Amino acid sequence: MTIWRVKIEVSPRSGIADPAGATIERSLPALGFENVQNVRLGKLIRLDIEAENREDVEKLVSDMCERFLTNPVIEDSCVEISES
Amino acid sequence: MSQRIGVVQFPGTNCEQDNIDTIKNLGGDAEILWHGSDTIGSVDAIVIPGGFAHGDYLRCGAIARFSPIMTAISRFAKSGGVVLGICNGFQILTETGLLPGALQKNVGLKFLCQMESLIVDSTSSAIGRWFKSGEKLQIPINHFEGNYVCSPEVMSELEAYGQIFLRYESNPNGSIGSIAGISNKEGNIIGMMPHPERATSDLLGSIDGNRILRGLLEGNVKNNS
Repeated sequence: MTIWRVKIEVSPRSGIADPAGATIERSLPALGFENVQNVRLGKLIRLDIEAENREDVEKLVSDMCERFLTNPVIEDSCVEISES
Repeated sequence: MSQRIGVVQFPGTNCEQDNIDTIKNLGGDAEILWHGSDTIGSVDAIVIPGGFAHGDYLRCGAIARFSPIMTAISRFAKSGGVVLGICNGFQILTETGLLPGALQKNVGLKFLCQMESLIVDSTSSAIGRWFKSGEKLQIPINHFEGNYVCSPEVMSELEAYGQIFLRYESNPNGSIGSIAGISNKEGNIIGMMPHPERATSDLLGSIDGNRILRGLLEGNVKNNS
């Protein structure tokens, strides 16, 4: 069994308003950061998981995202898996 | 015999006592149902009150669904029992999948605590049937995540099946369709962001909340059938 390091980025689904991201985007030009667009504010969940292979990890993580870690009505997830 | 209402308490719930007081003042009977219990006893209807169940960790209402009481409540609701979720209770009902859609952060990113004028839309739910469509109610809101959102398909269903119970007169939080409260298709599971238990006396600025909770006492589909 291998320990896999997983990073799950949870962000508002495209098309779902993200007022926090929009506020950050509106604030950046005040500091001179012009030309910034598509700011989205989400959260990062890190976890380690023990599994035989990468495919198993993908399946497990996709399942936990679907059923618990994200609310599929308003959130999307992007998963990054690496061997620890 | 008076109706007995179970008022659910999670760690972090903070509106249970106001609901119990209101129900008792209206002539009903009420008891706390602790979230760790796996039974709802012999109550006739259930209120899931507002607050911050389990600290609202991860997402509002996301952890509450794992409390043992929720399995018993789902069973009760699926057999026709009347369940009213208020504010955090509404969020819990959507996270549990007992009501469609989700509640996200208010447009404007402000925690809103103010009186709102609500318009009764559908009167087909267990509580809605005690109102007239188009009636206005004054009931306060108190939330950061009250911006109701759902897919266009779900929205058409809500409209088609008369599931939209309450709308805001002037949308304070960005909710799709100005939705303040909905029910399931069967009308026995109801969720609303405004707090009826805080509009129960002239001293509080409105008594319209009494009618919502009285509807719960009188409108128990299961026991009146």
